[in-house]
Amino acid sequence: MPAGPARPNAWRGPLLRALFVVALPLLLVVLWWFTSDGSTDVYWPPLRTILRTFPDVWTRARLRADLVPSLLRLLAGYASAAVVGVALGTVIGSYRKVRAVCEPVLEFLRAVPPPVLVPVIMLFAGIGDTMKIVVIASGCVWPILLNTVEGVRALDSVMSETARSYGITGPARMRSVVLPAAGPQIFAGLRQALSVGIILMVISEMFAASNGLGFTIVQFQRGFAIPDMWTGILVLGLLGFLLSVVFQLVERRVLGWYHGLRDSSRRSP
Amino acid sequence: MSRKQPRAGGSAGRAVNAALGAAGLAAFLALGEVVPRVGIVKARYFPPTSRIARALGAEITDGTFWTDLGDTLTGWALGLVIAVGAGIVVGVVVSVVPYLREATASTIEFLRPIPSVALIPLAVLLYGTEMRSVLLLVVYASFWQVLVQVMYGVRDVDPVAEETARSYGLGTWARVRHVLWPTALPYVMTGVRLAAAVALILTVTAELVIGAPGLGARIAVAQTSQAVPEMYALIVVTGLLGLLINVGARSVERHALAWHQSVRGEVAV
Repeated sequence: MPAGPARPNAWRGPLLRALFVVALPLLLVVLWWFTSDGSTDVYWPPLRTILRTFPDVWTRARLRADLVPSLLRLLAGYASAAVVGVALGTVIGSYRKVRAVCEPVLEFLRAVPPPVLVPVIMLFAGIGDTMKIVVIASGCVWPILLNTVEGVRALDSVMSETARSYGITGPARMRSVVLPAAGPQIFAGLRQALSVGIILMVISEMFAASNGLGFTIVQFQRGFAIPDMWTGILVLGLLGFLLSVVFQLVERRVLGWYHGLRDSSRRSP
Repeated sequence: MSRKQPRAGGSAGRAVNAALGAAGLAAFLALGEVVPRVGIVKARYFPPTSRIARALGAEITDGTFWTDLGDTLTGWALGLVIAVGAGIVVGVVVSVVPYLREATASTIEFLRPIPSVALIPLAVLLYGTEMRSVLLLVVYASFWQVLVQVMYGVRDVDPVAEETARSYGLGTWARVRHVLWPTALPYVMTGVRLAAAVALILTVTAELVIGAPGLGARIAVAQTSQAVPEMYALIVVTGLLGLLINVGARSVERHALAWHQSVRGEVAV
């Protein structure tokens, strides 16, 4: 990697970095703006039209009616998946016998594409909020569970022996030895689960719902309200982006010690 | 991922694990038989294992099932190939050309978390229930998995090796071929494995929601016509497919990286 100018002035570094961050997105937006400007294609409306439609469509009332329920379902499903996944994963990961018994079944269950669960869960839970929360939870749980199993399994034996010889057992061992050691793996699972969760949130609302982002966007598409549909796609994109930023912030806070350790070991060859 | 396990020695340990796994699987299937028969859940919603197995048998002897399976596999494979090819080319170019990586970082971070299902309405409008709808979603979703891994891989290149190759006067292409590619390959393989799983999820999802021909659409039909055992049988098929893809991807990975793992095994004592 060429390191750029050998010794950038104090102000040039940040400025240059900021330029790098905004240059391409700006360029793409400008490109989209001008190439679509004269567009008469119904499906690709000019960006100008989309942006003009945006505030009309996503009013405060609509955000409350569609975005909030979607987010609450996502949160409920994701949180329950996290609790169940980490708890079960810790148990399965800690006992070699249990792991051997469960592994093939878990591998199979994980391999089932989560969206096909929507029709099944609709049978049991109808088409209400419960169905959507269960769908989200049952899709998100596998990456969390399996990553927790891997993380707990790979627990450093020296560390766990040391903890034992100091008499650290039970909940204390869980809190200060097992979970921190498996933390990076657990967060890898949580990250995968987040994108699965968003997908399932949208899909479950596309199937059967009376509100929510997925429902509204499909509604626009069926009504051939194309610019409105585009604004919906933008909202989903922004939502995905924001959630991943929030996730990163949380991860950096919780796993701060780990990233610091990794960075310092990377710096010193 | 075969970590050495203390005590459970070699093939004997593996045989015990396999037996335990088989027992777990048998217990799982038995549970699926007993729970609806005893009446814990309604057999109408959750048919016993034997009923699902019978439906699965009926599916296998049905010619249209194989056509649908073929459609699903075609969409999956085509989408995966396009995504992997594009991901590798874009990833290498972006990482090798100076400044391009910094210039694209923010855009990639923004586009990556956009849930691919946001594109479903657009795909429906543009291509209806054609395979191209499926491909649009599959390629979008899998592309990022590969791209990001390729970029991680290229970043991992040893600067000393890079400088050495430079000082020997190797051209850009030779450096990509002999220095960059071997370093990045393990990451690329991880990307391909992740992309293969994501591609299946998106293929089935697109078929389920959009109605493009394939297993997903077949599940949707079974659901709307209340053919519950058939629906479960098809879901089992998608799970088995996912399992095969996971196992296949892992064995390809092991094969392609045989040299790498052995080298790493020697160093990391």
